Amino acid sequence: MLGTGTAMVVKVGRACGALVAAVVCVVGFLSGVSSAQAQTEILNVSYDPTRELYKEFNEAFAKYWKGKTGQDVTIRQSHGGAGKQARAVIDGLEADVVTLALAYDIDAIAEKTGLMPKDWQTRLPNNSCPYTSTIVFLVRKGNPKGIKDWGDLVKPGVSVITPNPKTSGGARWNILAAWGYVLKQELGDFAKLSDPQYAGEVAKAHEKATVFVTELFKHVPVLDSGARGSTMTFVQREMGDVLLAWENEAFLAVNELGPDKLEIVVPSMSILAEPPVTVMDKVAEKHGTREVAKAYLEYLYSSEGQMLAAKHYYRSFNRESVPEEYLKRFPDLELFRVDDVFGGWQKAQKKYFDDGGIFDEIYKP
Amino acid sequence: MRLQLKQKSVLPGFGLTMGYTLFYLGLIILLPLAALFVKSAGISWEKFRDTVADPRVLASFRLTLGASAVGAAVNAVFGFVVAWVLVRYTFPGKKVVDALVDLPFALPTAVSGIALTAIYAPNGWIGRLLDPLGVKVAYTPLGIMVALTFIGLPFVVRTLQPALEDLDREVEEASASLGATRFKTFRRVIFPSVLPALLTGASLAFARALGEYGSVVFISGNMPMKTEITPLLIITKLEQYDYEGATVIAVVTLAASFILLLGINVLQWWSRRRAGAA
Repeated sequence: MLGTGTAMVVKVGRACGALVAAVVCVVGFLSGVSSAQAQTEILNVSYDPTRELYKEFNEAFAKYWKGKTGQDVTIRQSHGGAGKQARAVIDGLEADVVTLALAYDIDAIAEKTGLMPKDWQTRLPNNSCPYTSTIVFLVRKGNPKGIKDWGDLVKPGVSVITPNPKTSGGARWNILAAWGYVLKQELGDFAKLSDPQYAGEVAKAHEKATVFVTELFKHVPVLDSGARGSTMTFVQREMGDVLLAWENEAFLAVNELGPDKLEIVVPSMSILAEPPVTVMDKVAEKHGTREVAKAYLEYLYSSEGQMLAAKHYYRSFNRESVPEEYLKRFPDLELFRVDDVFGGWQKAQKKYFDDGGIFDEIYKP
Repeated sequence: MRLQLKQKSVLPGFGLTMGYTLFYLGLIILLPLAALFVKSAGISWEKFRDTVADPRVLASFRLTLGASAVGAAVNAVFGFVVAWVLVRYTFPGKKVVDALVDLPFALPTAVSGIALTAIYAPNGWIGRLLDPLGVKVAYTPLGIMVALTFIGLPFVVRTLQPALEDLDREVEEASASLGATRFKTFRRVIFPSVLPALLTGASLAFARALGEYGSVVFISGNMPMKTEITPLLIITKLEQYDYEGATVIAVVTLAASFILLLGINVLQWWSRRRAGAA
């Protein structure tokens, strides 16, 4: 019987892992927070690739805040997959601010917890995105397969690495970028999407896009669960000819993993990746940190915040204060927005990525 | 009744320890389990059926059960050999080998997964040798079996070791002096007496493999219908904020593994009785 007992512990721990672990974590977290309330402290719950950016930004903000108010502020950071982070917040992690990879995840927080208004995204400039990015191609040095644009990804013999859009928020941008590219090729102008006059043409363009993306995924040999996993598969395992990646991730990969092995290819057009930020109103009120949390996010839009974003390979909202050496990293390309082409994340998620959506159709046997 | 129980126990403190056991099991096992079932109780039958009957989910059940069974079976054979060597022979470096067995326990699963992938990927040490032969390990179901075998090894070895140590050598000598061949001694004397421990070890390895996520996602490639394990689908559902769907899959997995483990325990009980009678 001992066998069953131990085995069940293992099994149960796994099966209910998400639930129990979340509760335990949160309880641990809360007790930690309440005991250290002496000085001002805010918790920023963010996603993975912002680690380096916020490390530097938090120091800058603490200095600025001290100079302005004389108050010491400590910013605690939490990083992880965007979806996982959003769920932690939904399950009770008391974040004063959230800075995640897609509006969809923050929408989910607003909807499930009611801790901030549903129109949170209108509260800060540029759809609450102090910095943006886009989807680019990472290829092997010298670009041996001659990959220049989206159409080249489905050429025979080209193998593409991208994470699983079901588990990776980042991967969802990749698919929408490819989709938008085909729509633009077919329609010539995104304005036709909302014009009933062109309904037939639009439907045809969507069909073409379905064919293209289906073909694209026939060129994908591995679907890692997250963006960093895909980068490793591409760089370390040397799988695939091209990696679809966020621009900032692509820069990090080139700089840290091999400037002599990799290069970035910027396609003719891509999607504007908008990672938004917001204050969790009711949490900040409870902690008495509303003011500092608000100032923290606003500081992201200041000249120093914008400079730091560019330094860490994000495209700044306001380029004026960004030194030339950073600006020249970002080549101009045509960028389209999720809201304009897909009617926002809520709709896109439902149509493309939820169970029974278009992505599932691609893999229907 | 109480008196009877007390009489059976030689040691004092039965009431205290039994009460503690019940409380502890309730807190650690039954409470989260109950939460899971309470969550699933509110789900409509249609949702339950649709979730479970989804071809992707069914494919993942087949893969997870199959790969876990293979992993457990491989470990049952080779884990036996390892345990045998560690118990019966002395050789230099034995302590090191003994300690090595525990490594899959101690390593964070993600580390195991990344290490295995690095070795078995087409450009890895072993993958490079297998690739020209047309054998692909990483990013195929075979890779999943490798990972599940890796994490299951300690369960078999550690449950078999004490059983083998307890084995009376005189029985073997008796068997030999009565004219049994070495193989017959193994088959009729040694094997039946360690079979219950072997079954326990293998079922532990199997149960662990069913829920394994961390090490597998790196090596599996996560291709829908082909290399998607059940725990990945649970994460996938959670990622869509589909808590109900995730709960449904979790409940089905849990029920399946409970039935399987129960079956194995019955088998074990039966074989122990048979060994005792023989």
